[in-house]
Formats: sequence, C-alpha cells, structure tokens
Amino acid sequence: MSLAPQAMTGGFADAPVQSARAFRAALDALSRPGRIVAVEGVQPPAPLSVAAGVLLLTLADGTTPVHLAGAFDCAVLRDWITFHCGAPLVGSDAATFAVGDWSALHPVGRFAIGRADYPDRSATLIVELDHLTAAGARLTGPGIADVAHLSLPDIAAFQHNRALFPLGFDTFLTCGDRLAGLPRSTRVEAV
Amino acid sequence: MPEPQPNPTARQIWMGVLARCRPDRLAALMPDLAAHVVLRPAEVGAVMVRGRVGAVGSPFNLGEMSVTRCSVRLDDGAVGHGYVQGRDKGHARRAAVLDALMQTTQAPDLQATVLDVLIAEEAAGRQARAEKAASTRVEFFTLVRGEDK
Repeated sequence: MSLAPQAMTGGFADAPVQSARAFRAALDALSRPGRIVAVEGVQPPAPLSVAAGVLLLTLADGTTPVHLAGAFDCAVLRDWITFHCGAPLVGSDAATFAVGDWSALHPVGRFAIGRADYPDRSATLIVELDHLTAAGARLTGPGIADVAHLSLPDIAAFQHNRALFPLGFDTFLTCGDRLAGLPRSTRVEAV
Repeated sequence: MPEPQPNPTARQIWMGVLARCRPDRLAALMPDLAAHVVLRPAEVGAVMVRGRVGAVGSPFNLGEMSVTRCSVRLDDGAVGHGYVQGRDKGHARRAAVLDALMQTTQAPDLQATVLDVLIAEEAAGRQARAEKAASTRVEFFTLVRGEDK
C-alpha cells in the first residue's frame, strides 16, 4: 500500500496549542452565529479547505465517525483523515461529522438529529462554500444580540432544522481559512 | 525513489527491536540523523496491553503502557514510523528515521551496524536473565513409597 505524499503532510505542527486555539475559534463561531472567524495551522489536500481541515483535526478522533460527501470522498482525503485523526469513515446515517458542499450533503434529512433523551447524539455538518460573507439570510436567536446576516446556501432546510429543536443538526460553514457556525437554535429568514 | 518494500515480517522484526531497545543504545549506534521532514511530531500516548493465559485462554487487559510515536519522511520520499516504549520523544524520532532508512539502499549497512547489534544485545540480555533464573530453580521430587508397585 502506498499513500500519496500529501496524505501525510499538513497536520498541526504543534497540536496541543494550535488545536486549543482552533477549538476556541470553533466555539466562538458556534456561540455567535453569523460571526466569521479565521483559523490556521493545517494544509489539507484538495478539495478540503483549510477551515474544514482545522475543524476535522480539532473535533474528530477515533470515536467520531466522519462522512465524506460527493467529491470529498476521494482516496487522498480518506488517507489524510485516517493518518491525522484516525476517525472512521462511514455512511451518512452513522456520521458524527459530515463534510461536503451543500449539493452533495443534500438531502440533509438523512443525518442524525439526536433523540429526545440524547439530543447531543446528532451530526455536525461542515459545509464547504465558494463564498462566505456576513450578508444574506437574516439570523436571530441565542448568541445574536439583535440580528445577524450570513450567506447561507439554503433557507428552507435550516428553517425545518430549527423547527425540530431541541433536536437537529449543527452546521459549520467554511470557505478558505474562514468559518462560521449555525447551531440548530438559530432562526433563519430570507431577506 | 525508495527501494521496493521489504517483506512485512522483516519490518515487523526491526520495528519490534527499535520499540524495545534502550534509547541511549540506539543513539550511540546511530548518532547522526539523516535529513528528514517530520510528518507527525513525536507524541506520547498509552496503549492497552492485552494478554491470554498460556497464550490460548480468553484475552484480558494486562495494563496500559506508555508509548511514543513519530512519523517522518526522508528527502527521497521514504516514510518511516517510530513506535517505541516509554516517553522519550528523541527515541521515537530516531526510530522513525531508521525505519525510513531501512526502506532505502542503506538497509544492509544499517542492518549490520545497528539492528544486528541491538538484536544480539537483546538476546544476550534474555539469556543472562534466563540463566540467573535457572540457577535458582528448585527440582522437586518425592521418594518412592512403594504403594505404586
């Protein structure tokens, strides 16, 4: 068995410090929906973005199954995730984390939304976007002082997800080295 | 390009030797590290050691031991992994470099100057311990009492 050279490079050089910073950034993004934060520290192979790579290396490990959707399900990326975080790669129904662009992740109803007694047993989607700006859909809810805006790929799917509360999936939106969070508690409206 | 991979058994043998040898002995036999890039910095972890009674019973957890691992790549592309017992990060890195070099044309040379020496020392150590234990061995026997006749 031989691995592509880029399947083994690009991990955290100083994992304890860099992953702690990245975790703080992810926490920031998810607790302040609409806020866009920049992260750094990893160089994943294409097509994975820096921000999505940082999220996977920070949050995923051997106990969190990862689903790669669409074009992201390629050999070099599977090897990269296996080498750097050891997460099992699974189908969409068993995934704790799912990575892909929005069209590949759709329909999002197939991902775990938790159970009434364990709402935390739900999936977290990492959606790769071509552009991520603080403009577009109107966000309100916990963590947002007044109102926030974010360029979401879809409105209806996130409205339906909010209606399931306290069940539902959480979402990270990534683009390049920037990411934003959209937890299940956020209300989404078209502008 | 690295040479074709040696058969897995040979690699298992040298990985085992490197994992068990003393860090200072390996450093003395191989003082200089070839130029390399660190793919995964040395990190310390614990692994569960499992055993079977008499090597055939059902498996049980014997206990955890500290293990340090490291992955490197040489300039010619050979990738080496070091998994060593204990918490010595330098040892893990040195073992990883040696594992990578053993996949290159330098393998016969290193086998003779480093690995064969370590294997011989390990065997000598085991022999010495076995002899020490054997000298304290007590043979039990009973006198014939006559009723088995």
